[in-house]
Amino acid sequence: MTTPPTPKTPPKKSSNPLPNKERMKIPRQNMLEQLPQVRNKEFTEVNLGYSTELARQEALRCIECAKPACVDACPVGVKVSDFVRLIVDGDYLGAAAKIREDNVLPAITGRVCPQEDHCEHGCLLNKKGQSLGIGYLERFVADYERKHFDVKNIVKAPPTGKKVAIVGSGPSGLTAAGDLVTKGHQVHVFEALHEIGGVLVYGIPEFRLPKAIIREQVDYMRAMGVEFETDVVVGRTVTIDELMEEEGYDAVFIGTGAGLPQFMGIPGEHLNGVYSANEFLTRINLMHAYEFPKFDEPMVDFRGKNVAVIGGGNTALDAIRSALRLGAGKAFILYRRSETEMPARIEEVKHAKEEGIEFQVLAAPLEFLDDGKGWLRAARCQKMELGEPDSSGRRRPVPIAGSEYEIPLAVAIMAIGTTANPIIRMTTPGLETTKRGYIQADETTQKTSRRGVFAGGDIVTGGATVILAMGAGRRAAKGIHEFLVSGEW
Amino acid sequence: MFKILNAQFIAPGIKRFVLEAPRIARKQRPGQFVIIRVNETGERIPLTIEKSDPEKGTVNLVVQSIGKTTHLLNSLETGDSILDIVGPLGKPSEIEKFGTAVVIGGGVGTAMAYPTAAALKQAGNRVITIIGGRNKDLVILEPEMREVSDTVFVTTDDGSYSDKGLVTDKLRQLIENGTRIDLVLAVGPIPMMRAVAEMTRQERIKTIVSLNPIMIDGTGMCGGCRVVVEGRSEFACVDGPEFDAHRVDFAVLVQRNAMYREAEKRSMEEYKREVEGQKAAASAEAETVCALEGRK
Repeated sequence: MTTPPTPKTPPKKSSNPLPNKERMKIPRQNMLEQLPQVRNKEFTEVNLGYSTELARQEALRCIECAKPACVDACPVGVKVSDFVRLIVDGDYLGAAAKIREDNVLPAITGRVCPQEDHCEHGCLLNKKGQSLGIGYLERFVADYERKHFDVKNIVKAPPTGKKVAIVGSGPSGLTAAGDLVTKGHQVHVFEALHEIGGVLVYGIPEFRLPKAIIREQVDYMRAMGVEFETDVVVGRTVTIDELMEEEGYDAVFIGTGAGLPQFMGIPGEHLNGVYSANEFLTRINLMHAYEFPKFDEPMVDFRGKNVAVIGGGNTALDAIRSALRLGAGKAFILYRRSETEMPARIEEVKHAKEEGIEFQVLAAPLEFLDDGKGWLRAARCQKMELGEPDSSGRRRPVPIAGSEYEIPLAVAIMAIGTTANPIIRMTTPGLETTKRGYIQADETTQKTSRRGVFAGGDIVTGGATVILAMGAGRRAAKGIHEFLVSGEW
Repeated sequence: MFKILNAQFIAPGIKRFVLEAPRIARKQRPGQFVIIRVNETGERIPLTIEKSDPEKGTVNLVVQSIGKTTHLLNSLETGDSILDIVGPLGKPSEIEKFGTAVVIGGGVGTAMAYPTAAALKQAGNRVITIIGGRNKDLVILEPEMREVSDTVFVTTDDGSYSDKGLVTDKLRQLIENGTRIDLVLAVGPIPMMRAVAEMTRQERIKTIVSLNPIMIDGTGMCGGCRVVVEGRSEFACVDGPEFDAHRVDFAVLVQRNAMYREAEKRSMEEYKREVEGQKAAASAEAETVCALEGRK
């Protein structure tokens, strides 16, 4: 059985009085930001959001296309054109409710989603100049909702009597949980750490995504009826089989994230002062090491020291910007390709540069050197040039012979990706995984090789983005709902 | 929140906690550990599981006061709670019939060695246990070990109890006496485990050590607990905590465990000051109360 398609109604028009020509003359409105010289010493949020006036002005730029490409470009299918119309009409809570139909974490995606790759990439205005600031508008609406939230607005289907376990409380798990609870299922989320949010909590720094916002979005989900249990490592504390056979769960969704940090395998990686980005960011974000000794988790002293992050993704930028805020004297990115190939968001690169982060591109470390006491002293690096494109489509870095050089370094943070966490794989018989250890799941239903078990997010795809994981969570919720209703696998 | 059903010092600075943690109690196997966080501002540290009772849903932890967190933990009493306990973590010990197993516990490491000793005995091994402590008071779990071992030797550094010397002296004796040893399990301070490894390497005796690097999440996510095993990085939380002693680079372990020494010292000093401040405030209050009552 599938849900009947919603009847197609012609798209409503907003109360926007301006003709399209006038709309397109309005420049894209920027969010307010903290000044770089101030914020690079603080962990408080960089972006300050739109005022009501700025939001309205931005929303007025929408030309209300008949076939809005922004919606198709969204991994979770947020009805962008509808919520923007509601902003123009001044119905901000209505706009929030419209986003929530497809996205249970609007205040989070409004902050960390790479809109330029999705909705804003699809936006017709993008082809004629600057796209509509969809991400900024989403953030504005979500923040408005945070201040004016009312439990009464939550709409849920009647209870189905079915129980679903969600393993991992990151973006995919939370999304699946939200969608499933709305459908009337009993949803229980298991989290290994002591806080709910997964990578949102341990990975993304306060200055990009304040923890208070995650807590509020999670509280909203609690109000929806989602149950949360921390300190449970599924696979160790309880297995998937036990959840289904002994605890009565009818379906399980695995959204445990990418997992184990990778190292380069070069000499000196075990030296004190060499971190994985996961460890460094976890110390900062989850454990509040930047507030030591008020919080007990310690961090090496960064003040005045040379710090390098190896890698060019968003994690690398989060790490180096955090290092700067800990007082690093010189903070730089060491990336083996050129800036064009960097996977990080353009906005983050811009923010990082404004704050004083240096970019040493086309260079990679060959070895970390010891100070004689077990601490990092320097990195021996090698320069690169770009060769032919590799399997990722990006031009391959090729070492330049004889280009070795040494840079003094007190801290090096490896942000070169992750590999699949083995715990679930090792403890769930019959769960098929890829050669690299990621769980095999159907691309539309997220079904795994085990009846009743679904998986999505980084544990299926390898390291990706918050919104792609949320997309997988949505598909899984749909797959799980259909399975629970039909009983068919 | 995890309730402390019982808390008692079993030696100076070493406390045994019986905690209500039914999920962990049900799953715990010898060789595994937990990670705890005492309170909202606390750090996460790995701790040894002495044993658990699946029926009662309880887990026993044995904790030695070393730094701030363990001092804070050992200040807790029956009826108090610990904010977070997660586990059981790590791979369980490999239990099979090896023949004769020598189980060595140094100091508080004896608590971690105990459940594996019990399991080895149950699997039909002849179990020879060597427990070591700096002095008589610091020898722990001797009666428990006697219950699960064929023979128990106790050594103290200062000779205040049983044999004077180190656990390795006793191990050397066993080897020199021609005792057939099929497996050695050593859990304790790094210098002890390293010395055991050196001794058995020459004799080619399979030797397992349980490592205790700095950890945060304990699920493989952070990589902070990486240890060098035969030149390769392995994560103690998911690949361990038990490793083949002859393949472990102990020098790197020592060096990495010293990474936060300064911060740890500072934490401890501030904690001491805080506790003294509280004591002073409490005694000042008591004096005021006495004075007021005296006036009545």
